[in-house]
Amino acid sequence: MAEKMELNEVEVWDGNYAAAQALRQAQVDVVAAYPITPSTPIVENYGAFVANGYIDGEFVMVESEHAAMSGCVGAAAAGGRVATATSSQGFMLMIEVLYQASGMRLPIILNVVNRAIASPLNVRGDHGDMYAGRDSGWIQLDAFNAQEAYDLNLCAFKIGEDINVRLPVMVHQDGFLTSHTAQNVYPLSDDEAYAFIGDYKPVDEMLDFTRAVTYGAQTEEDWHYEHKAKQHRALMDSYTVIDRVFAEFKEKTGREYKRLESYLMEDAEVAIVALGSTVETALLAAKQLRESEGLKAGVVAPRVFRPFPFNEIRDALANVKAVAVLDRSCPMGAMGALFNEVSAAMYASPHRPLITNFIYGLGGRDFSLEDAKAIFREQKGHADVGYITTPLQQFSGLRGPKLGFYEMKRSK
Amino acid sequence: MIEIRWHSRAGQGAVTGAKGLGDVVSRTGKQVQAFALYGSAKRGAAMRAYNRIDDKPIINHAKFMRPDYVLVIDPALAFTDNITENDKPETKYIITTHLDKTELIAQIPELQDKKDRVYTVDCMQISLDTIGRAIPNAPMLGAFVKVSGMFQLDEFLESMKRVLAKFPQKIIDANMEAITRAYNEVK
Repeated sequence: MAEKMELNEVEVWDGNYAAAQALRQAQVDVVAAYPITPSTPIVENYGAFVANGYIDGEFVMVESEHAAMSGCVGAAAAGGRVATATSSQGFMLMIEVLYQASGMRLPIILNVVNRAIASPLNVRGDHGDMYAGRDSGWIQLDAFNAQEAYDLNLCAFKIGEDINVRLPVMVHQDGFLTSHTAQNVYPLSDDEAYAFIGDYKPVDEMLDFTRAVTYGAQTEEDWHYEHKAKQHRALMDSYTVIDRVFAEFKEKTGREYKRLESYLMEDAEVAIVALGSTVETALLAAKQLRESEGLKAGVVAPRVFRPFPFNEIRDALANVKAVAVLDRSCPMGAMGALFNEVSAAMYASPHRPLITNFIYGLGGRDFSLEDAKAIFREQKGHADVGYITTPLQQFSGLRGPKLGFYEMKRSK
Repeated sequence: MIEIRWHSRAGQGAVTGAKGLGDVVSRTGKQVQAFALYGSAKRGAAMRAYNRIDDKPIINHAKFMRPDYVLVIDPALAFTDNITENDKPETKYIITTHLDKTELIAQIPELQDKKDRVYTVDCMQISLDTIGRAIPNAPMLGAFVKVSGMFQLDEFLESMKRVLAKFPQKIIDANMEAITRAYNEVK
């Protein structure tokens, strides 16, 4: 039996430690990991918790991230509760196995501490790795601060392991900005947290020798398509379980999560759509602009990046005049991915606001309150003239000559 | 909102100091944030750590800050780092140095018009005397308690003891002494 840990009502934890504590409270059976900055402390702390008797589980040291996720797939297929963590290059090396895990419907929890992808080498936060996972068949939850990294890890186990979901779940947090920033965190007690998540219920576990099963079978054109469509449907339909788990979490803690978070949107004229810690900085900018300039600004943020909250985006932006969609990943030859998805949702809506795209914060470039305010003010300018006066894609916080692409070609 | 910027070298404990300060302050019911900007993360490289303290939850995740307090825990950084960067007319400076305050200010042109907001304390000597190693973070906390007037010394020490609870008693005692000495010696 694992030892319990006494926690204070308020702890000062960074996002990594908050995630590690959630893995401990979930009593994860197996973590197979190849540590990488900035996610290292998550698996390092899991290892320490095991060594000190706080977890009845096993830390498996492997030779690469590809092997780490492979180990997770094996342990999950065997019938255990499994988790790991990675970032950036490690995530890229895992990608092949990420698709295996979701295709085999194994509810592994992967903490992705978002970091830029080389080259050039950079250890700081942007969303390049998170975006690279968006077609991998995993549920993707996004934490904006350390508390949420803790809360969403607890929810992730309950969502992924639900018999109506049985899909792997990524919990994202921003490298350094969240992972290495200590803030007040209000944890549950070990008993409360474990009771919320519940015992792991194995499904088709390979260690059940009375009933042999196959994982990772081959299907060619006869069945592959049906399997993939079914998997897509499971991911699309998982929102019902996500909503239920978030509701149960609110009942337990008072902390409310929605698949699409909306802040100050009731009367908003302009909005920023963003992901990660930027959401909170943009919210503070919106609050200050409302007070100082009477600018009706709001913020919309996917808490769940996959399944994408398509309908909720349409509702949230139904009354705004101008929207800036912020992508913290370089789209390399296209408009930003979040911009494309938000635009697609609004194109199939009765109301079509003016939507522009900002690339920002690559490789950890700071995104300040003033940066957010400048974007809001520019949207207000668009709203007032009813036209997009700037290039459709711009770059916030970039040094050197102004860079922009495409112009609006639509009458008012 | 109170914002603090630490100037340090990697290995001197600014991150631990900033997190420790956050931990202690959170126990008084306040919201805190502690983070650091690492350069190449090599021991001895100049680096900065930051704190934000407020009554409301802190949602500003920008690294940019106009600090209310600048804490310099490496003596040489007062000369080589831009310690007055983005400061405000009321920013207070606590600088570790073996020099006399007037002597120090005379050598740093940027501090000429801020004399009444500069405080000095020899965190290096204090930590060598008490902890036995040049780890100037703990004494800096003592100096900050005095200059900021945010806490009573004894309640700060009590909270600090709980934060350090996992360490041997000898180390806890040494830290308490370091904090107390700096509290009394900062000028």
